[in-house]
Amino acid sequence: MGKLTRTGFITVLVMVALAVLPPMFLWSGQAFYMDLATRLVILAIAAVSLNLILGFGGLVSFGHAAFIGLGAYAAGIPSYHATWGGFEAIATYNGLFQIALAVGISALYALVTGAIALRTKGVYFIMITMAFGQMAYYFFLSLDIYGGDDGLTIDVRSELPGINLDNPLSLYLLAYVSLVVAMVIKFLIVNSRFGMVLQGAKGNPERMVTLGYNIYLYRLVAYVISGAMAGYAGFLLGNFTTFISPDMLDWTRSGELMFMVILGGAATIVGPVLGASVFILLEEILSSYTIFWQLPFGLMLIGVVLFIRGGLMGFFKGKGD
Amino acid sequence: MSAILNTSALCKSFGGVTATDNVSLEVEAGELHAIIGPNGAGKTTLISQLSGALRPDSGVIEFKGQDITTQPAHKRARLGITRSFQITSLVMGMSVLDNVALAVQARDGHSFRFIKPARKIRHLRDAAMQSLAHVGLDARADTATSALSHGEHRQMEIAIALASGADLMLLDEPMAGLGPEESNTLVSFLKTLKGQRTILLIEHDMDAVFALADRISVLVYGRIIATGTPGEIRNNADVRHAYLGEE
Repeated sequence: MGKLTRTGFITVLVMVALAVLPPMFLWSGQAFYMDLATRLVILAIAAVSLNLILGFGGLVSFGHAAFIGLGAYAAGIPSYHATWGGFEAIATYNGLFQIALAVGISALYALVTGAIALRTKGVYFIMITMAFGQMAYYFFLSLDIYGGDDGLTIDVRSELPGINLDNPLSLYLLAYVSLVVAMVIKFLIVNSRFGMVLQGAKGNPERMVTLGYNIYLYRLVAYVISGAMAGYAGFLLGNFTTFISPDMLDWTRSGELMFMVILGGAATIVGPVLGASVFILLEEILSSYTIFWQLPFGLMLIGVVLFIRGGLMGFFKGKGD
Repeated sequence: MSAILNTSALCKSFGGVTATDNVSLEVEAGELHAIIGPNGAGKTTLISQLSGALRPDSGVIEFKGQDITTQPAHKRARLGITRSFQITSLVMGMSVLDNVALAVQARDGHSFRFIKPARKIRHLRDAAMQSLAHVGLDARADTATSALSHGEHRQMEIAIALASGADLMLLDEPMAGLGPEESNTLVSFLKTLKGQRTILLIEHDMDAVFALADRISVLVYGRIIATGTPGEIRNNADVRHAYLGEE
């Protein structure tokens, strides 16, 4: 029980801090920190989604940024056409439509790429997910109508009933509530019968097949859920930055998400949130001291991976669990 | 008696090595059928083809009268074939009870159920506990699997095979690495299963095999050179020559 309450304690601590601190920054006139927190919370949603397959499914996906990008463009492209005309079928500022589009397209992309990638294992899976990620990257890079390399500016944010996304606090609260919902969904999934099969397949795929589980199908469904969730995070990110570019889909973004998960602690619910928080804050603090901030940052990350098994959550849980 | 499992002219080679050479085997419902043979005779390769982990080069496998030669492993499991592994194969990161409960869950319809906590589903947990009690591991139910001894892992393999509810249990050297005392316990336990489940047993421990088996098949260099009751096998000249190494 000691372990449980400790994890619970950290979860509450992190979530309360994220709920209370950013609005306080805003009210004390430090909007910059509010921006930082918004980016942090949105990326935390993406990290939580990645952790479903990486931490609990043992599937090291190196192309997760593609889903974020798809989600962001699903917000940006309808808005672009609503402003400048053309493509009447999707031209709208309606946020609910854009969310449906973001989630739907991400899920579909996950279904198609997952169906192929999940036929491979280990390093090949990493490489093929990365290749699919880069494929999406080059797709948007070559899409001149939406800015191509120069990116796409969102002139009008998504319109949601009762929520004004132009208001930083509203946007933050939406992101925060979304994060909580994402964590609850993942908590339910992980502990459900589906989650047990997913974790069993991570620990011993051969055994699970012998028991009669078609683990390919279970993994594929997890991959689709994870992709859809990341697509939703992309919708929020597009609305936050109001500027979308292929850079959002670059493989280095996927790598950052992986690092957040591993840094915080894979196969835990709050780990990716903690990882995202530490990642974003460290990045911010170190880069204020030196332009070579990536060097100490990289060394710190290597240190965590080498010396703390199970990431920060593994460290807080203590040894002997 | 009727055959629950039939293979005819099964062949499998790896490069130039013929691991399974024209094997025709008949396992009757309810019997405990042992396969013995020297190291490298192809026993595990044969089991892997029966469970679906390997695809034979040629030949036919029939289970309950149905051709399953090309069925994938997970479908065979659903039809009622389970296997234990020579080298312990468990989900180490999960508790003992979780491991066994997964076996129960596998025959409890599909598992695309996302909301209800699996550990709170009574009938899964109860059935798993029953299997654990059967092999005497119920006291260890909540322990992490990785914390158990080798002997306990072997018991878990059996508990999982039981919990899967399979009609045909393929046991690949369940006594491997066990001390004499643990072996004896397992032998008497397998005796209690006789008649309830069909068991195809691969085992090096000859005392165990001759104490347990209804029939024995002898596999040498991928070929079955004899099948018969323990008495017949003991007195078979070919077997004595090829396997027991006597002149």
